[in-house]
Amino acid sequence: MLLFNAILSFDILNNYRYSYRSYGQFIVGSAMKITKAKHLDMYLKMVQTRRFEEKAAKLFVQGKVHGTAHFCIGEEATGIGVCSALENDDYILQTHRGHNQGIGKNMDINLMMAEFLGKETGYCKGKGGCMHIADFSKGSLGANGIVGGGIPLAVGAALSQKYKKKDNITVGFFGDGAANEGAFHESLNLASVWKLPVLFVCTNNYYGMSTHLSKSMNITDISIRAESYGIKGMAIDGNDILKIYEETTKAKKYVMKNGPMLMVLNTYRWMGHSKSDAQAYRTKEEVDEWKAKCPIKRYREYLLNEGIATENTLSELDKQAVQDIETAVEFAENSPEPRIENIFEDVYA
Amino acid sequence: MREITYAEAINEAMSEEMRQDDNIIFIGEDIGVYGGAFGVSRGMLEEFGEERVRDTPITELAITGAAVGAALTGLRPIAELMFSDFMTFAMDPLVNQAAKSRFQFGGQASVPMVLRTPGGSGTGAAEQHSQSLEAWVCHVPGLKVVIPSTPYDAKGLLKTAIRDNNPVVFIEQKLLYRTKGEVPEQGDDYTIPLGVADIKRAGKDLTIVTYGRMVQRSLEVAEIFASEDVDIEVIDIRSLVPLDKECLIQSAKKTGKVVIVHEACQTGGYGGELSSVIVDSEAFFYLDAPVKRVGGLDVPIPYNPGLEAQVVPTVDSISSAVRELL
Repeated sequence: MLLFNAILSFDILNNYRYSYRSYGQFIVGSAMKITKAKHLDMYLKMVQTRRFEEKAAKLFVQGKVHGTAHFCIGEEATGIGVCSALENDDYILQTHRGHNQGIGKNMDINLMMAEFLGKETGYCKGKGGCMHIADFSKGSLGANGIVGGGIPLAVGAALSQKYKKKDNITVGFFGDGAANEGAFHESLNLASVWKLPVLFVCTNNYYGMSTHLSKSMNITDISIRAESYGIKGMAIDGNDILKIYEETTKAKKYVMKNGPMLMVLNTYRWMGHSKSDAQAYRTKEEVDEWKAKCPIKRYREYLLNEGIATENTLSELDKQAVQDIETAVEFAENSPEPRIENIFEDVYA
Repeated sequence: MREITYAEAINEAMSEEMRQDDNIIFIGEDIGVYGGAFGVSRGMLEEFGEERVRDTPITELAITGAAVGAALTGLRPIAELMFSDFMTFAMDPLVNQAAKSRFQFGGQASVPMVLRTPGGSGTGAAEQHSQSLEAWVCHVPGLKVVIPSTPYDAKGLLKTAIRDNNPVVFIEQKLLYRTKGEVPEQGDDYTIPLGVADIKRAGKDLTIVTYGRMVQRSLEVAEIFASEDVDIEVIDIRSLVPLDKECLIQSAKKTGKVVIVHEACQTGGYGGELSSVIVDSEAFFYLDAPVKRVGGLDVPIPYNPGLEAQVVPTVDSISSAVRELL
């Protein structure tokens, strides 16, 4: 069934050869040795991300949250696959659609939820919201509300690492939309010239808000842009967490030695751009096709089929994820509102 | 005391700070072998090497953004934009990233960087290389903004800016680079705090509040009026953000007459803010006349030297404003 879906998507959506190859790899299992604990950790984080966002969407409907949020449901494999291959001292620059990236980098779900609800106990004391969640102690230098805004910052963070001769890298996450911003081009070029240890990760979900990739660029494979900057580029199936994990592990070694690389993860967001999106720009059939390629369902089946985990183990993790989110909501709802008396705090250091 | 140029003072400030703190790096266009478009960084590549004095491509957005990213991760970068007009390219990293990071991440981040860039007209560089855009950055909480008028101030203020844990926009005056002034010997580690104005000339009859290149011109005006027994006080605010409001208010109370002078276009210029600081305070009740602003004309800076000289405040136009108040 999985193989059938893969071929279907290859034909219909003109997915790329890398993604097809990665499906092949998925069927036969990953070439890398991954411990059972690592597998279960990645699985749990994917489910936590899904439940986090489903809950967040509900809280909107219930009127408990104001502002906006950008959900990565359907894209969980991207941030979690990449970040699972990183160490604490590797930096990431997150996107506005980055709950998977944060959870992947071991951010505290309670503090994330509290920030989402704008509470004093949140990661940003209720001042940033979920578009600006950061945890510097975990190497997350922050999510960014500006499309492409984090890319040049990733160059600077990698410059720090190189200057201080650290054995770490920086991952700059961004989306397909950001690949048309000047920031993308200037950053890839500068990082290339300076041979900085930065992995540029483009989460291609095919839409910049409502505009399809085919209307925003005249190429179908974003990774070919790497060549213009004299760096290595690759596009892989963004719903295949094992492939993403494996390629990121290799990429980390590569960029520390050779300088930057562009990795494009082709995936899809199931929800609208933000909470107020009527989604008139795409068909239900297209969304359903991608839903059939759910990265969590796929990973779950892999873990079962390969005998890595039992149904019972995975069900326990599923339950734990629900409980973790309930606990986070309870923590957030019982947390105090920030006070205007503290509004001038942190404008300046 | 020895005399050095404004450009040399800036070079000394950077070099002395770099000697004592390895976390300081310096990035920008043509700052290495070329020595900077205005010669400010001559000799620095030779002393500090390519790792710390880094020539970049022509890429102002990435220069500024990389400086922010480096500052977020433990370095103290100095980034140079060859002309302040190119801040247009650097606005996202400066305004949406550098200025916001600490606040939006709940105090987790600090951004200890300096963006050095020359502003102002007078070199025949015309519309796109001559602007005074400081008001743009003064309007963004999270940024500090400094414009020195003398070599002494440039060195002392830049050292403070480099040590500051916030993003500081340090706007130099390209027509002042070759001007000389007294500066203590190298290694004499003096600094000037941000947010402290300097009374460049004390007086009792009228206050001129100004900064940057217009300080010298205002002092010329003060000398002219001195011969008519009018004693003008000239205040150089030096740092626009934070601003030494108290100094302005006290001077206005003392003289009762205030003229504000800056090269930037008058409409939306920082002079409006300076004026408000005075009239919103108890100094209002001491004023004998409206606060007068003398800013640049609301036009782009033209090429022709005759025109260029007349679109910014001149000794004559400042004098006329002063005379109106007397």
